[in-house]
Amino acid sequence: MAQSFERQKAKPHVTEEWVGRVYTLLCIFLLVATIFSMVYFVASRGLTTFFGDGVNVLELLTGIKWNPEGEPAVFGALPFIFGSFSTSILAALISAPLGFCAAVFMVEIAPRFGRKYLQPVIELLAGIPSVVYGFVGLSVIVPLFRDIFPGQGLGIAAGALVLSIMILPTITTIATDALAGLPSGLKEGSYALGSTRWQTISRIVLPTTLPALLTGIVLGIARAFGEALAVQMVIGNAPHIPRSLFESTSTLTSAITLSMGNTAMGSVHNNALWSLALILMLMTFIFVFIVRWLEGRSKI
Amino acid sequence: MDEIGLSVKNLSVYYSDRPAVKNVSLDFAAKQVTALIGPSGCGKSTFLRSLNRMNDLIPTSKVTGEIWIKEDDINSPSTDVVSLRQKIGMVWQRPNPFHKSIYENIAFGPRYHGVKNKKQLDQIVEESLTRAALWDETKDRLHHSALTLSGGQQQRLCIARSIAVQPDIILMDEPASALDPVSTAKIEELIGELKQDYCIIIVTHNMYQAARVSQKTAFFLLGELVEYDATDKMFTNPQKAETSDYISGRFG
Repeated sequence: MAQSFERQKAKPHVTEEWVGRVYTLLCIFLLVATIFSMVYFVASRGLTTFFGDGVNVLELLTGIKWNPEGEPAVFGALPFIFGSFSTSILAALISAPLGFCAAVFMVEIAPRFGRKYLQPVIELLAGIPSVVYGFVGLSVIVPLFRDIFPGQGLGIAAGALVLSIMILPTITTIATDALAGLPSGLKEGSYALGSTRWQTISRIVLPTTLPALLTGIVLGIARAFGEALAVQMVIGNAPHIPRSLFESTSTLTSAITLSMGNTAMGSVHNNALWSLALILMLMTFIFVFIVRWLEGRSKI
Repeated sequence: MDEIGLSVKNLSVYYSDRPAVKNVSLDFAAKQVTALIGPSGCGKSTFLRSLNRMNDLIPTSKVTGEIWIKEDDINSPSTDVVSLRQKIGMVWQRPNPFHKSIYENIAFGPRYHGVKNKKQLDQIVEESLTRAALWDETKDRLHHSALTLSGGQQQRLCIARSIAVQPDIILMDEPASALDPVSTAKIEELIGELKQDYCIIIVTHNMYQAARVSQKTAFFLLGELVEYDATDKMFTNPQKAETSDYISGRFG
């Protein structure tokens, strides 16, 4: 009997295809639905502050006084925004050169030792719970800063240092992959012209992998931006813009985690915290867009 | 006897103790093209790579023997590899232009060997591109990315790039095997012109190419040098049976 190639519902592989398609579609739908409902929830709560409770958007973004339980209540979130940006950017500034150099060492200088021992160790850093980082920061870094610099030791410097260690794996891993993925012909081409290893790394390897390295840095900043617990433990949590790196301040995340449990759902204070969450979320979106844009540019 | 550009004595190359090139001795004439032919895996590329110490970059490799340029054995540990590679340029099978402008690709080498003067650099760029027969096609877009060039143009750019550091010897590892016939013809024509000034050593899979561009040909088999002679003699009247079999296409 000649085999029929016509599609029949009863053929097992047709059913299989169908089941697979429905199942994967369902997973995607669930993901998208979760994201949309989260965005909707945060946005609706966060925007109520402005449209329901009559707090001015500009006032929230630029005000430097945060006193949600006062008479009258004041909602100036600039100290938090400033705290978040300064700690994460400072953390990236500390971490980026370290991460890049570690990657160069692992890929260019000691590839076998690096791949076998160093990379797993650095990736291990990513698995340590943030409360451990916060605890170490609180018991080691803060007292150290307190002894050396004026102030309590809590503040942006301590926060940035803790964060810089936390985001080191992200930056290093992405930099390592970028360096390892560089076509070997480029390096050989440079060596064959009589370049030293240093010239090759600084003039060929670094510029060619720059978009990927920046992607790592932005992802690191994004992670630092969203980190709450470890920062909260070492930043001091005072809602004002500090005059030095060693003065107590606050970030968006630490302000939210610290007060969320103490406010009544639906109160202006609670809604204002949702507004902070909305800012955090929007910033995360911006970071994702920057990463997308950078990836579009890195055609190695 | 022609002037000797490079003289190899008893060269062996090992990858993790496995020999890839076995005890090869060869003299390369200056201002001539020498072709290295042989089936894949016969060690000809490995041999070529050891001439400018590129095998140093492979940690498991070991190169023994002597490579003489005039009075210097460049395979000795005391050789300054960086300045050696300025004297021996290299071009690969796949064009590997840097992800920079055409101008910067050429200026890269000279700049790091101390040419700082802008005018002088401009001149080197123009001369090198002219010599590589690429100037007319690129003079209006020197500051465009080198990646916008076609494959054949990129390969000529890579040749121009190695000329820019004023080498005496240029090594070419199958420089036309990734190119179309028209670009290949241009590269071959270019090699013919460059031999007036440089000692050129070219690895090729294409025996017609070897016959067209080279004055001398060396045939490698299983890491050993089987036969080395003038190209026309090799192709018309090879002395060894293996050479004759390979050239007539009976294996490889």
